[in-house]
Amino acid sequence: MDSQDSGVARPVLEGPDIARVLTRIAHEIVERAKGAEDVVLLGIPTRGVFLGQRLAAKLEEITGRKIPVGSLDITMYRDDLRMHPPRALARTDIPGDGIDGRLVVLVDDVLFSGRTIRAALDALNDIGRPRAVQLAVLVDRGHRELPIRADYVGKNLPTSLRETVKVQLAEEDGRDAVLLGAKPTAPAGER
Amino acid sequence: MMRHLISAADLTRDDAVLILDTAEEMARVADRPIKKLPALRGRTVVNLFFEDSTRTRISFEAAEKRLSADVINFAAKGSSVSKGESLKDTAQTLEAMGVDAVVIRHGASGAPYRLATSGWIDASVINAGDGTHQHPTQALLDAFTMRRRLVGRDAGLGQDLAGKNVTIVGDILHSRVARSNVDLLHTLGAEVTLVAPPTLVPVGVEHWPCEVSYDLDRVLPKSDAVMMLRVQRERMNAAFFPTEREYSRRYGLDGDRMAKMPEHAIVMHPGPMVRGMEITAEVADSDRCTVVEQVANGVSIRMAVLYLLLGGNEPAVTHTRTEEK
Amino acid sequence: MSKILIRGAKVLGGEAQDVLVDGETVAEVGSGLSDEGATVVEADGRILLPGLVDLHTHLREPGREDSETVLTGTRAAASGGFTSVFAMANTFPVADTAGVVEQVWRLGKESGYCDVQPIGAVTVGLEGKKLAELGAMHESAAGVTVFSDDGKCVDDAVIMRRALEYVKAFGGVVAQHAQEPRLTEGAQMNEGVVSAELGLGGWPAVAEESIIARDVLLAEHVGSRVHICHLSTAGSVEIVRWAKSRGIDVTAEVTPHHLLLTDELVRTYNPVYKVNPPLRTERDVMALREALADGTIDIVATDHAPHPHEDKDCEWGAAAMGMVGLETALSVVQHTMVDTGLLTWAGVAERMAHTPARIGGATGHGRPVSAGEPANLTLVDPAYRGPVDPAGFASRSRNTPYEGRELPGRVTHTWLRGRATLVDGKLQ
Repeated sequence: MDSQDSGVARPVLEGPDIARVLTRIAHEIVERAKGAEDVVLLGIPTRGVFLGQRLAAKLEEITGRKIPVGSLDITMYRDDLRMHPPRALARTDIPGDGIDGRLVVLVDDVLFSGRTIRAALDALNDIGRPRAVQLAVLVDRGHRELPIRADYVGKNLPTSLRETVKVQLAEEDGRDAVLLGAKPTAPAGER
Repeated sequence: MMRHLISAADLTRDDAVLILDTAEEMARVADRPIKKLPALRGRTVVNLFFEDSTRTRISFEAAEKRLSADVINFAAKGSSVSKGESLKDTAQTLEAMGVDAVVIRHGASGAPYRLATSGWIDASVINAGDGTHQHPTQALLDAFTMRRRLVGRDAGLGQDLAGKNVTIVGDILHSRVARSNVDLLHTLGAEVTLVAPPTLVPVGVEHWPCEVSYDLDRVLPKSDAVMMLRVQRERMNAAFFPTEREYSRRYGLDGDRMAKMPEHAIVMHPGPMVRGMEITAEVADSDRCTVVEQVANGVSIRMAVLYLLLGGNEPAVTHTRTEEK
Repeated sequence: MSKILIRGAKVLGGEAQDVLVDGETVAEVGSGLSDEGATVVEADGRILLPGLVDLHTHLREPGREDSETVLTGTRAAASGGFTSVFAMANTFPVADTAGVVEQVWRLGKESGYCDVQPIGAVTVGLEGKKLAELGAMHESAAGVTVFSDDGKCVDDAVIMRRALEYVKAFGGVVAQHAQEPRLTEGAQMNEGVVSAELGLGGWPAVAEESIIARDVLLAEHVGSRVHICHLSTAGSVEIVRWAKSRGIDVTAEVTPHHLLLTDELVRTYNPVYKVNPPLRTERDVMALREALADGTIDIVATDHAPHPHEDKDCEWGAAAMGMVGLETALSVVQHTMVDTGLLTWAGVAERMAHTPARIGGATGHGRPVSAGEPANLTLVDPAYRGPVDPAGFASRSRNTPYEGRELPGRVTHTWLRGRATLVDGKLQ
């Protein structure tokens, strides 16, 4: 995930687009998971958690049933743990009935290298044994470094490595948007 | 940049709150079927205990193992140490084996500080209790227990203990638990009152950030937490107090005294308790007594400390006093 | 022995003069002196003092030659400007018999770097129970006049009284290490704010003061003189001041380190600061300086206490107590007393040469720098500034609390009865 603020960030998705995209993903989940009866949504902190909660609300509207939703912190499973100072931990919150034998849909904001999702799969492994794991993301910006793909994608966004993708959500940032920007200082010799 | 936890006085308010918040997340691992996290995979931690303390050693060991560290236990008794090997040689021997962190319990005040600052070894040093000096993880687990009980598990996240009144009763003079708690609780905004016979209060206590009282009954009604310290019977022989009976009458916590505490107030004890001396069985076994919780919380706090000091490429906790100038 | 002409030296810090040494004695002091055959030392305005006298040194031989020997200790002494040292009795075996004191005395004679005057133990084995053969030690070749159980206190009031009385027969003096043993069981540092925080066993000032109070009263009662070793507290100063005002025959010493260092340093838990008596507070340091200036405290004594590296390279509780001091004493005194305006160089000569020689009966030492006197001399460069480097010490031990610390002054020359033991800072 890119987090640098860029001076010239340009919105590629606005609030209504995000709402529409999430509705579509919810429908896709119901369709592919045959009514979503055993689905458990697990958002990856921070913004994946809010997206998971929004998806759960939409699934409830569609199916009329309560959909278990929680969060999965992947901090200690990151492969770059030793490359930075220790990060503050986020909440892992597994719904009461657990994940054993169920279809876990991981929810994240941006799919990039795939390393976060690999960490999430490791984290799940210590919690239980789902029937299957699927992945829903708001934006897929490409540049995968691992053999990982999303099952549900809000928007495929071709980017260069010199660009940043920033997702803003009302719960955290006060508004909904996906912003595409340039990294503030690209190394001179890169081109 | 420091990689050690030597004294509770070294922690800033933000450091301490970060440790408590991290411990809260660590505590949730205990509810999972697989009580294990990969954060310290490949790290080697030695528990270097020059004093017998099975409960502290086991607590650290559980924390280390839950974080997937490789654990070496080294008890000085019956080892080369009892044959006259120095702390320096012992530490260097361990480091030569590739140890990343040393959890040390030592009877001499300052031994962990010396280990961390003398240039003998490069490993991180975590103080698991030194002489009558400090026991910082005990103070952290006590603060964690108080925050959970007096503020709330989730409501407490990000919060300190501002405005809480904590009373610490017993052998302050010889207590590293008291020293660590006074430092940490003050940093977290709590008001601390020490209660003890004057013989068991150190000369110089007037410079500590706390109050001192000789009258337990006057302090109890305004206490949110009352921490009873163990009083060793040997102290009686050194004339610190006349008899065990007189001590418990004046400074012990029984049911009648506990009734003077506010409804919400808790009774704490770092263990091991001497029932009938500083605490009666009635109090020790009551719902208000957090002794067992403190033990469970100790594992979570030690996981948090180990993760924040060793989990990354540099520690997340800043230090002031132990920093080299 | 040849002649030496020291040109342009400020004798005791006064006007620059020339000093001609002929053989073992000072031949002439004046201006414009010349002598064809003399070795000339250009003093260039440096300070010329009588050779310093240390009433309190631990030379460790016999028994602990790993930390110091009479030879290395006297080399350290010459390096620090001393021409006479008194060697404490806490050796192995203890210097409590004529045999041991004569051994130390003879080793001193052989070393040649400075005069060594053994101190005899007050009690057998320093155990405080039974008087040692004080008379035999006095009558031995060593001619002991100072007796001390230093390292341990003569805490039994009756033994102390008897010792004070007994040495009157031959003009001896008892030097008391004032430390009430029961009040200092397990003591690790000065009892106060810092000990409370560090959790180190407290060493209360009263443990020193109560013994001093008792001993000056005993000395008064039996009409003896008493010497108090290493005074370290403001309260001790008050007691000695009171005793002197009553006419009690008491003398007292202070160490250089107690004039400079405080217990705040113990926060490092570095045992190089572990010493007996312990470092005290800023208030005590100031009181000690004042007392040394006004004469309440008579002398500076180093309490040079060498320890091998391993006895300090450990945790505080396991470490030995003591600091080396011979080679830094004058610098610390210049820093704390001269540069602060509390003492003149003449005052320093009084407190580091004349008076200690008088108390200990070191004949030929602490004499004026004038014609006919023994040529025991020390030349000091007070303008020198530099960090203390233990690697350059002549002492076998390195346990100095001043490593890396910038201190003023440097002894460049020392002459023992006209023979140079130190020239341009180099031992001869």
